[in-house]
Amino acid sequence: MTNIAAEDLSADRSKMTVGSQVAVEMIGVNKWYGEFHVLRDINLTVRKGERIVICGPSGSGKSTMIRCINRLEEHQKGQIIVDGTELTNDLKKIDEVRREVGMVFQHFNLFPHLTILENCTLAPIWVRKMPKRQAEEAAMEYLAKVRIPEQAHKYPGQLSGGQQQRVAIARSLCMNPKIMLFDEPTSALDPEMVKEVLDVMISLAESGMTMLCVTHEMGFARQVANRVIFMDQGQIVEQNDPEAFFTNPQHERTRLFLSQILH
Amino acid sequence: MTLRDAAPSTPLSGQRGSGSSWLYDPTIRGIVFQVLLVVGLALFGWWVVHNTIVNLRAANIASGFDFLSTRAGYDIAQKPIDYTIDDTHGRAFLVGLLNTLVVAAIGVVLATVLGFLVGIARLSPNWLLAKVASVYVETFRNIPLLLQLLFWYKAVLSVLPGPRQGLALPMGSNLSNRGLIIPRPVIGEGFELVVGAVAVALAAAFGLSRWARARQMATGQSFPSGLAGLALVVLLPTFAYVLAGMPITLEYPELKGFNFAGGLVLKPEFMALLLGLTIYTASFIAEVVRAGVLAVSHGQTEAAYALGLRPSRTLRLVIVPQAMRVIIPPLTSQYLNLTKNSSLAVAVGYPDLVAVFAGSTLNITGRAVEVIFITMSVYLVISLLTAAFMNWFNARVALIER
Amino acid sequence: MTDVASPGPDARSAIYVRGTFVPPSPPPGSTVGPFGWAHKNLFSSPFNIAATILTALFLAWVVPPLLDWLIFDAVWTGENREACLPVDGREVGACWAWVQAKFGQILYGRYPLDQRWRVDLTALLFVAGLVPLAIPKVPYKRENTILMLTAFPVAAFILLYGGFGLPVVETALWGGLLVTLVVAVTGIVASLPLGILLALGRRSKLPIVKTVSVIFIEFWRGVPLITVLFMASVMLPLFLPSGVNFDKLLRALIGVALFSAAYMAETVRGGLQAIPKGQYEAAAAMGLGYWQSMRLVILPQALKIVIPGIVNSFISLFKDTSLVLIIGLFDVLGIIQLNFSDANWSAPTVPATGFVFAAIVFWIFCFGMSRYSQYMERRLETGHRR
Repeated sequence: MTNIAAEDLSADRSKMTVGSQVAVEMIGVNKWYGEFHVLRDINLTVRKGERIVICGPSGSGKSTMIRCINRLEEHQKGQIIVDGTELTNDLKKIDEVRREVGMVFQHFNLFPHLTILENCTLAPIWVRKMPKRQAEEAAMEYLAKVRIPEQAHKYPGQLSGGQQQRVAIARSLCMNPKIMLFDEPTSALDPEMVKEVLDVMISLAESGMTMLCVTHEMGFARQVANRVIFMDQGQIVEQNDPEAFFTNPQHERTRLFLSQILH
Repeated sequence: MTLRDAAPSTPLSGQRGSGSSWLYDPTIRGIVFQVLLVVGLALFGWWVVHNTIVNLRAANIASGFDFLSTRAGYDIAQKPIDYTIDDTHGRAFLVGLLNTLVVAAIGVVLATVLGFLVGIARLSPNWLLAKVASVYVETFRNIPLLLQLLFWYKAVLSVLPGPRQGLALPMGSNLSNRGLIIPRPVIGEGFELVVGAVAVALAAAFGLSRWARARQMATGQSFPSGLAGLALVVLLPTFAYVLAGMPITLEYPELKGFNFAGGLVLKPEFMALLLGLTIYTASFIAEVVRAGVLAVSHGQTEAAYALGLRPSRTLRLVIVPQAMRVIIPPLTSQYLNLTKNSSLAVAVGYPDLVAVFAGSTLNITGRAVEVIFITMSVYLVISLLTAAFMNWFNARVALIER
Repeated sequence: MTDVASPGPDARSAIYVRGTFVPPSPPPGSTVGPFGWAHKNLFSSPFNIAATILTALFLAWVVPPLLDWLIFDAVWTGENREACLPVDGREVGACWAWVQAKFGQILYGRYPLDQRWRVDLTALLFVAGLVPLAIPKVPYKRENTILMLTAFPVAAFILLYGGFGLPVVETALWGGLLVTLVVAVTGIVASLPLGILLALGRRSKLPIVKTVSVIFIEFWRGVPLITVLFMASVMLPLFLPSGVNFDKLLRALIGVALFSAAYMAETVRGGLQAIPKGQYEAAAAMGLGYWQSMRLVILPQALKIVIPGIVNSFISLFKDTSLVLIIGLFDVLGIIQLNFSDANWSAPTVPATGFVFAAIVFWIFCFGMSRYSQYMERRLETGHRR
């Protein structure tokens, strides 16, 4: 766990506003892997502009939960409504949701056979039906925002881990998503690369993006999140605003977890 | 089978102690070792050549390549080019080589189609289909090819009834112990028009797809270029065919007496070889395809889905380009294996290069050294060409890494 | 602070502490059990349903006739061809009676009846030596390997061929599974040392050594085995001084050994390449010379890695041994084919029966070995992770 001192992360909370519209709604969601009950009775409402950090021990179902939001995982009971669309078996609805939800993975998952620029323009061209030139212009803009425009014509294999993860963020942003999901975006990175990725995520938060992050970067959570969720054994154990969550955890399980990750 | 515990105290080379220092110079050692190797090989080569010359002289066998231009004196059952028993051994060689290439080329196409189908079926989410595909793969790749060839030839195709009682198939085709007889296309006046139409249609379809791609890149609008291209390729030649007065007619086989007249005959030897090579090689290709697709990590699919790409697009834009890099090198070596395995033709009597040249010609002329040298050279050339292609391909598609 | 913290319409979602843990519950019935399984694996989508139906139809078309032929219509006992002849419309499947009658030949060829115990004893020794080698847990691998590579070949040669009081059995009389196994085992054992040398040669820094190795390897890999066998049977006698004459089996063995040595070299090279550079450097840093570091550090690791590869080479070689019938030796397939011409047993389904039986024999060997190779591969993988 990398604990970044508060002054390193300069997040301007005044810029982050939370609207009253609902972005994601999960009602009584349950999921099983075979016989294993992996998500138990998840109820969660995320409003537009909210930044939610989800933490918890490994195997607690955090990743599975956010992967249900863009249907990389199927839930078996309950309702998930993303931006007004309920996720069912309907392929059209899945397409709709995936167009509006961006995702960043732990292991980047850049396409190694395409250049950085091609990685960024692939989905806009084929999913958004954008002209190539326009897609490239937009991609260059986002690459500039994540501060690696000069790498546009290289291949993923030529970049460092931190750079790759920033490209992965830019690639998602190219689709103009309304919601961004982050699945442990910094856990596969060398310590000194964590900050460059977190900086990008902070500026994204400042721009008012709705974000759900599975992460153990508690500095990031304190600075950016307006809600921290702690999960264990497939259920939400505690949620609170970060200040209260870290200074005054309510549940015994949360206290135990925090004592182990915050030395 | 490990040598792990070999005693560490026995040095294998270079005793310590007195001796001039150049003995311990690795460069000089290397040179000495290589000189010894060359001298040894040269002596061995000389010994072999000397023995051969002595033996040939003793057996009164002439040597040289002059036999290539003498009369062969035997007939060949399948000849893609004109050949009679009065032609030379050189021409017989050509006939055999062409027969090898014909069966290898058709076998490669069929094995690729079957192999890809089975390989993809094995990855199918449908349990039953995947199981049937694995049974296919595990059965056929664990049985010797020669056995499969003989099975098709002697136990299936040869025990079919004669042409009169043969299995009647659509369009006058017939499967009997004389082989598979199918209608033969007969080419008439105006055929050039149809060929031209096919060429134009193919070019147009190609142009169309490039235009559609360019337009999509420019404006974002997509165009069903695949469907339109297919229509073009089907309709234009059909139109030209009708316009030219139907220049291609089918000559249907007719039963006359105990055999068929007309039509195109695929002999049982050819069919058995093709069947065996296709089925055997397809089981290996299926594994190559499966491994190639599995080599693309699951994260790639998830990332593409998360970006909103549909499964079909994900396959075409993300999975296939990466899988093909993994698939093509082993696929090429399977093609090479198929070509080399076609030499088993000799067991079922299909006149390929080995059966004709290393069989009949060798027996008639007795020029074992020359004949086997030529035969091996042919396969070596094919192998080297394949290897050259593979190196070129690997250099071209290698993923760029740091 | 943001406006979330202030109590509002959604304050419930902002602060939440779970009172009681939800215990795990069983999944909904539609996703587990045989029905859930069938739904997921056979009927999850229209395409999936279509695939299931088509595959089932295909099986219904193929399997029943196959079972009829193999089992229900098959002839299991009989003295001669009469048993297997189709009489008044009776369907006759496989003629297993023929296999029963020829079983001895399929195992031993024409090896004299009263001497067949020698083959059995050799096989017993072979199995007794091989099984402890194949099971990773059994100790004394090194001693056992040495025994198998030195004492066993000598004993096997004396037992099978003769000498020391045992009457000589010419190799022309050998046949069936005996020849198949002799060719395959000798081929793989002989190709191992040559293959290792060639692999080292191909990775050598000495240009001539490297070139010679590359040419040797690529030559044998570039030509079909059948031309190699032709060469061994036709040209080998020419290469040797007149008067020196090998029997046919030995000639085939030489050809097979050279051929498989090239493939073995490539397998071993793969293992050598998989050894990290650090191992070479560490060996050099300890002051070991080239041969010492190879023998003590690199090869022990590399050979362990390539065990699955060696087993796979053995499988191909085992299948390829059937080619020796083309140069007039009688392996399993050869002896079965030879027996088709037995007039006592001339019945329409005999050839198919013979080939199917040979196929079953080869399949059991090859499939078993490939499973073993996969098992070793998995074992090695976990070994690396640890």
